[in-house]
Amino acid sequence: MTLEIFLQNVANGITLGSLYALLAIGYTMVYGILRLINFAHGEIFMISTYFAFYGIAIFALPWQISFVMAIALTALLGVVIERAAYRPLRDAPRTSVLISAIGVSFLMANLGLVIFGGRPKTFYRPQLFQIPIQLGRIRVVALFFIIPALTVVLLVILNYIVYKTKIGLGMRAAQWDFDVARLMGVDVDRAVSVTFAIGSALAAIGGIMWGLRFVEINPNMGLFPGLKCFIAAVFGGIGNIAGAVLGGFLLGFGEIMLVAFLPGLAGYRDAFAFILLILMLLVRPTGLLGEKQRVRT
Amino acid sequence: MVSRRRIISLLICLTMVSLVGVATAQTPTEVRIGVYEPMTGAMAAGGQMTYEGIELAHEQKPEVLGLPVRLILVDNRSDKVEAATAVTRLVQKDKVHAIIGSYGSALSMSGGPVAQAAKVPVMGCSPTNPLVTLGNDYYFRACFIDPFQGRVMAQFAFDKLGAKTAAIIQDVAQDYSVGLANFFREAFIELTGNPKAIVGFTSYQTGDRDFTAQLTYIANAKPDVVFAPGYYADAAVLVTQARSLGLKMPFLGGDTFEAPEFIEIGGKDVEGVYFSTHYSADAPITPASEEFVALYKSKFNKPPNTFAALGYDCYMLVLDAIERAGVVDPVAIRDAMAKTKDFVGATGIITLDANGDATKSAVVLQVKDGVFKLVDVVHPR
Repeated sequence: MTLEIFLQNVANGITLGSLYALLAIGYTMVYGILRLINFAHGEIFMISTYFAFYGIAIFALPWQISFVMAIALTALLGVVIERAAYRPLRDAPRTSVLISAIGVSFLMANLGLVIFGGRPKTFYRPQLFQIPIQLGRIRVVALFFIIPALTVVLLVILNYIVYKTKIGLGMRAAQWDFDVARLMGVDVDRAVSVTFAIGSALAAIGGIMWGLRFVEINPNMGLFPGLKCFIAAVFGGIGNIAGAVLGGFLLGFGEIMLVAFLPGLAGYRDAFAFILLILMLLVRPTGLLGEKQRVRT
Repeated sequence: MVSRRRIISLLICLTMVSLVGVATAQTPTEVRIGVYEPMTGAMAAGGQMTYEGIELAHEQKPEVLGLPVRLILVDNRSDKVEAATAVTRLVQKDKVHAIIGSYGSALSMSGGPVAQAAKVPVMGCSPTNPLVTLGNDYYFRACFIDPFQGRVMAQFAFDKLGAKTAAIIQDVAQDYSVGLANFFREAFIELTGNPKAIVGFTSYQTGDRDFTAQLTYIANAKPDVVFAPGYYADAAVLVTQARSLGLKMPFLGGDTFEAPEFIEIGGKDVEGVYFSTHYSADAPITPASEEFVALYKSKFNKPPNTFAALGYDCYMLVLDAIERAGVVDPVAIRDAMAKTKDFVGATGIITLDANGDATKSAVVLQVKDGVFKLVDVVHPR
C-alpha cells in the first residue's frame, strides 16, 4: 500500500467516522442522563431523513428551511416518544424501559414502511456539499470538511449546555438521582424532555448528513447505523459525550482500514464492528473514556 | 378448567376447518396462485415491478378451467428467513395450487425447499442463480441463468469495450451476486486468456452505504472495467462514490440494476453504466411482447420493464400448465409445467430444460440521458 492510498483511506475513515460520531453523541447523551439505551435512536434518525425529504419533495421548501424544519420536528418527535413510551415506565425496572425502547424502534420502522413505502427514496443533494476537492492526490467532497467540523461544533455546544447552563445542571442532577434532584427543586421532567429534544435533534443532523453523503433513504436504514453508533458509544464509554466522538471515529477508521488492508475480508466489516464491541466489553467494560460504574438504587 | 375448555373448542374449530379444507380440495371452486415477492426492504423495487406484471396478466386472464383465479400476495421483505416463512404460509394456510416468485436468488433458494417438501410447483420470475432449480424438481423459472449472464457481460466487456483487465465488487450476502461475480470471472479469464485478468476482487454486504475503502482499492488496481453485480440501491450508491473518488472506467452489472431507483439515486453519476437484463421494450421478440407493451403502457402509463414482463410471463406460464394439466392439483400442474415447450411469452419463446430453466437471449442496456437504452442483444449458443 502506497502512502497516497493510505492517505486516501485516512480521508475515507474521517468521513465515515465523523458520521458515526455525530450519531453516537445523541445515543450516549440520552444514556448519560437516563441510563436508558434508546434503541429507537436509529429510527428517529431514519424518520428525520424523511422529514427533510418530504419538506423538499412535497412542500417544495428550499433545502435550508427543510433541513431546519426536519431537525425541529425530529426534536419534537423525540419529546413525544419520551412522553408516551418512557415516562410512564420511569419507576419500572430498567428492563421494561429497554423493551419499550425496542418496541418503539420496531413500531417506527414498520410505520415508516406503511407511510413512506418500501422502495428507497433519493435524498436531495445541494451541489454545495458535493463540490469535489483535490488535496494533492487525495479526492474528497466538501462534506469531508463539513461533517467533522459540525461534529466538533456540536460537541462544544453540547458541553456548554451540559456544564454551563441551568438546564444542564438539572440534567446532570437527574443523572445522579431523580428523587433527590426533584427534592432540590429541579424540574426533572423538563430536564428529561430537553435531553430527548437535543438527542433527537442530533439524530436529525446526523440523518441529514447521512442523506447528503449516501443519497439513498429507506425505512429500514435506521437499523445498522443505530447499532454501529451504539457500538461507537459503548466503545468510547457510554454516557460520555467526548467518548462517543472518539468511539465513532475509531469505528469508522477501523472499518475502512480493515477493508483497505484486507480487501478479501471486506464482507466481514460488520462482524469486525461487533467483535470490537465484544473485546471492549471484555477488557474494559466502561469503554475508553468511561466513568466508573455508579450503581443507582 | 377454562384453558381445557378453550383447547377443546379450539380442536373442534380446527377439525371443522380441516374438514372444510378437504371438501374444497375435492371440488375446487377457485384456483389459488401464491405470490411471494420482496415488496419492502432492499429489493422492494424488484418485487413491486414483478407484481405489476403478474397483476396485469391476472386482469387479462382471470379464469382457468372455468374457475376464477385468486392471487395471494405475501411480502417476503427481502429477507431469506421471511421468504421461507412466506412459502410456508402460502402452502399451509392458503393452500395454494402453484406459486410465483421470487425476485432475488437467495430468497428463491430459501423458499424453494419448503415448496418442494409440500409438493407445490413454483415458477420463478427472475432468480438467475443456477442453484435455485438445481436439485429441486418443483422449481422452474422463466429466465436465463447466471453462467450465461456472466458470460454475456464478460464478452461485452472484452469485445465491445476492449477491456483487458477487470475488477469485481460482489455483495457477499447475496447468492445472486456471488454467483454472477464468479461466472463473470471465469468467462473473462477464459476470453482474455490471462489468468491474472481480474486485477481486483472485493466485497460488501447488502445495505452497506460506505464503499470508499473498496473503491480506493479498486482505483489502485486500475482495471479497464469494474463489474459490480449488486442490487440497484447499493449499486447506485457505489457508482456515485466511485465517481466522486475519481474512478472513470465503465461500471458493469447484471439485471438487478434495472430499477428506476438506480437512475434516481445515481443521477448523472450512473450515466454510461452497462448491464445485462432479460428483455427490452425496444427489442420486442414475439407477438406477445408487443401485446404486453401495449397493455402495460395503457394500465401504468409508463414504459414497461424486464421484471413486469417476467411476472406477466410467469403468470401465463402457470395458467398454461394448469390448462394442460386439466385438473387443479399441484402435482399435476408440476408435471405439466415441466413439459413447457415453445411457450410464446413477452420475454421470448420459453422451453424449460431438465433443470426447469429457460434458455433465452439477453439484452445489454446502458444508462443514457436518464433512461435505459438498448445497446446489444446476445443470443445463447
